[in-house]
This record gives sequence, C-alpha cells and structure tokens, in this order.
Amino acid sequence: MKLSPKAVSLLQIAPMGIIFAAMVLVPLVIIFVVSFLDYDFAQVFPEIYLGSWKDVFTSQLTLNLYETTFKFVAIVWVVTFTLGFSIAYFLVFHVRSMQVRLMLLAAIAIPFWTSGPIRAVAWVPLLGREGLVNQALLGLGIVTEPVSWLMYSEFAILIAYIHLLTMPMVITISNSMMKVPRSIIQAAQDAGASEFQIIREIILPLARPGIAIGTIFVVTAVMGDFFIVKTMSGGQVNTATMAIVTELNAFQYPPAAAKSVLMLAIVLGLVAILLRFADIRKELTK
Amino acid sequence: MATRKRKRPLSFYVLATLLGGYAIFLYAPMACVYVLSFQGPQGGMSFPMVGWSTHWFEVLFQGTGGQGVGDIPAAFRRSIRMAVIVAVLSMIISVAAGMAYRRKFPGANLVFYSAIASMVLPGIFVGFGIALTFNLLGWRVNWFTSGIGAQLTWTLPFGMLIMFIVLGRFNPAYEEAATDLGANARQRFWMVIVPIILPGIIAITMASLTSSYEEIARTQLNVGTGNTMPMEITGLLTAATSPVIFAVGTITTFVSFSLVIASLLVMTRLAKRRSSRTAQ
Repeated sequence: MKLSPKAVSLLQIAPMGIIFAAMVLVPLVIIFVVSFLDYDFAQVFPEIYLGSWKDVFTSQLTLNLYETTFKFVAIVWVVTFTLGFSIAYFLVFHVRSMQVRLMLLAAIAIPFWTSGPIRAVAWVPLLGREGLVNQALLGLGIVTEPVSWLMYSEFAILIAYIHLLTMPMVITISNSMMKVPRSIIQAAQDAGASEFQIIREIILPLARPGIAIGTIFVVTAVMGDFFIVKTMSGGQVNTATMAIVTELNAFQYPPAAAKSVLMLAIVLGLVAILLRFADIRKELTK
Repeated sequence: MATRKRKRPLSFYVLATLLGGYAIFLYAPMACVYVLSFQGPQGGMSFPMVGWSTHWFEVLFQGTGGQGVGDIPAAFRRSIRMAVIVAVLSMIISVAAGMAYRRKFPGANLVFYSAIASMVLPGIFVGFGIALTFNLLGWRVNWFTSGIGAQLTWTLPFGMLIMFIVLGRFNPAYEEAATDLGANARQRFWMVIVPIILPGIIAITMASLTSSYEEIARTQLNVGTGNTMPMEITGLLTAATSPVIFAVGTITTFVSFSLVIASLLVMTRLAKRRSSRTAQ
C-alpha cells in the first residue's frame, strides 16, 4: 500500500495537531462558554448569566487594572527596547570578532538558566531594607535611613521585568542586525553619512522584524505575568492578570473566564498587529 | 561603525560601558544567591555573611526538616520524571511535524498559527482552560494526562520552530543522491535526514527537558496531587525566611547548567565526528 504524499504529511502532523486542538483550541472555547454561565461558591451551573461580562465592561476596577498593566507594558517596552537595541548594535557593529560576539551573547543568556522564582527572591538581598544597595547608599552618606521603595513596590516590579526581558530583545534584534549587508553600510559611510544617520536610516528599518518579535516577547510576558507582580510587590500592586488569578484561586470560574477572554483577545490582537512586521517562518529559515 | 578604520569612535566606549553596566545588573542578583547559599548557620537572608558553611544545603537534603521547607527531594523526582517524558514526546512529535511541513498540506497554516498562539498566550490562561475542560468533563486532573498535555503546549511550539530552522537549511541534494542510489523512504530518513538534523533533534530534547522542569504557569492547575519543583520553590518563597531558599537556587542552577553543558558537549562531539568523516 502506498500513501499519497499529502496523506503522509497529514499523518505526520496529526499528533501535534491533536495536542494543540485538545489542549489549546478546545480549552479556549470552553473558557469562552463558561464566561456566560451562572455560578455560586461551589460550582458552575449550565444556565446563561451575563453578569460576569457586565462586570468586566462596567467596573471601574477593570479599567484601573488595565491601566496599571498597560503602564507596565509601556515602561518596560521603552527601557528594554532602548537597552536591547543599543547592546545589539554594539555586539553586531562594534565587536569585530565573531567569537567574542557569540561569547558575549552567551554571557547575556546564562543567568536565565536559574529558575524564575529563585531569580525573583534574589532581589531581596540586593534591594531589601538591609540589602546591598541600601547599605551602599547609607555607607556613602547619600541617605540617612534605608530607602523603602526599592523592594515591594512598582519600582521593584519594573526592575524584575527589565532584568528578565532585555535578553530576548538583544537576541532577536541582533539576529536581524547580523543580516544587514555590510556593503550598504560601507556605501553610506563613503557617501558621508554619520553613525547616527546610518542607525536611523539603515539599521533601524532593517532590524524591524527582530524588534517586532522581541516586542511580542515583552508584551505577552508582561501582560500574562502574575508571578513577578505577586513576589516583587509583596501583594501591594494589582494588575489585570493578578485579578484573574485571585478569582481562580477562589474558584470563581465564570468571572475569571470572562476577564480571561478579554485578556486573550487583547494579547492575540497585539500579536497579530506585530506579526505584520515579521514573517516568523521566513526569519527562521533564512 | 568601525568596520575598516582601526581607531575606535567615542560611541564604542559609551556602548561598552553600557554593556558592562548591564552585565553587572544581570549577574548581581544571581551572584547574591550563590554566595548567600553558603551563609553560616546564624546568618540571615542579607549580607553580611556570618561565617561560611554548607548548613543550608544540609537542611535542604534532610527533606521535611527545617522551617517551611517541604519535601524537596520528592518534588525533584516528580519534576524530573515528567521532564523526561515531555522531552521524549516533544522530540518525536516535533520531528514528525517538521517532516510534514516539507510538503504543502491542508491545515498547515491552522496548525502553525495554533502553535504561535500556544506560545504567546499567557501560560496561566492556557492552564486555566485545560483545568476547566477537565473539570467540565468530570475528569480528574493528573500529572500524566493534563499535566503532560499542558507542558506539551509550551514545549511543542519551540520544537516546531527549531525543526523549521534545521529543515530550512537542509540541502535536498543529499536526499536526491540517496534516492538515485536506490534508497527507500525509510532509509532516506534514518541514514540521511536524521544524521544531518541530529543537532536540532538534541536541541529540541534538551530545550523541552529544561522548560518542562521550569514550567509553572501551565502546570500548576493541572498536575493534581504532588507539587513539582517550581511549585515547591514558589511555596518556599512565602514560607521560608532563611537562606535555605538560596541553597535551592544554587542547586537548581547547577542542575540546569549540567543539562545545558552536557547537551553542548554531545553536540560538539557530533560536529567533530562529522568533520573527521567528511575529511576522509
């Protein structure tokens, strides 16, 4: 018996397709359905109830939570992009030897082999009341008593995000920059372009796919995160995802589902916009 | 912009300083963890060090001893067992899927965008959806059904992307040559394609192994009874107020490092073997 090539492909893709269908697509539909159902403290009833959705769209609280979330996304994106672009530019266009470049890239990736929870708690001995930063500030006589907003604050959350998310920006942007033909830059230099002009007119536009993919990492990580918010704020800051997790822990599935659908729609919408700037399959194979 | 001129422009020094500062920012927290894990028995979670000891590692290995320290060794065994199964499954499923994408087939885009969605959607929501589905169907969540399934939604997209990279650079001439010499499909796969894409296959396996070992957002609602390692550590964060947590950090980092270095060694050996063969 000989199968047609198309049938062979379908058989080969079947396991992956079935897993994504059963573990991603069906659960998403279920979340959507449950968001319209009635519930009490113990269980979900198969009756239509629109209260969860009314809450999502009319509650001032939801608005405030999304405001905090988007504020974090904006600040973290600006900082990680600026840092990531500068470092990637340095690695690709200033470092001359390929070996040194790869070593520096590896050095940037190594800290991420330590697990996430540990990386979060690692900030306590640095930023805590008795941490190294406070000890240094006191020792230098810059402050007279320990600075308390370094840890368990919005500042601490932002520091942890930037620490975590600059690496993907560096990797994706430098990947795009390495594909910029040196001859174009040489030509621009010969025509008398300054370094800043070359960055703005040539490198920035050509690095756009890398910037887009790095941005996807940053935006989805910040929007979906509750762990860093929880550990770094000490429970004092609330975001949209944090609110959903709180409801999940209280087994309030329908309101959690309604808020999840909104969050998933926002995330997928943002990713769809960003993917217009980068063709992932082309980026990988070329 | 010093591609030809030997003299470094000012921007080189500015950016080099920036990179140096970033490196300090990157490594400082981790360095604190490693150093503080050797804190003396009387020491706390901040500097200064009160003597040096391996006291906190001993507390850790005694299992249920110490304040707020759960059964770490059992959690570690659970995590490793799950990581090995997830890694093997991801490797087989991703290679099969990668082979499928060498031809056009109906539904190719659907599966590809499901993978992208699975990768970019916040893990907590994917995990919530799976738990909710099991709940509504009246099934109990369990580590080897919903647990492994949830982790596969995280490892498979990366497996697929790695397969795109290796197969995108695969030179079809080798396969055509094998066909001309009379190789059948099975021989072409095992004797031509697999040896060439072997580094990619190892990369998928190791990446799946480490990301399964670290995964928490998708896993925690779906693993049933018995915490995995990251869940146990997260529990420790709120309970433990002693350097035990730093000892856990040093050990888990050591485990991840060993895995990564082992896979790098295997890959360099493969590369060496290949270059010595082609030289003959």
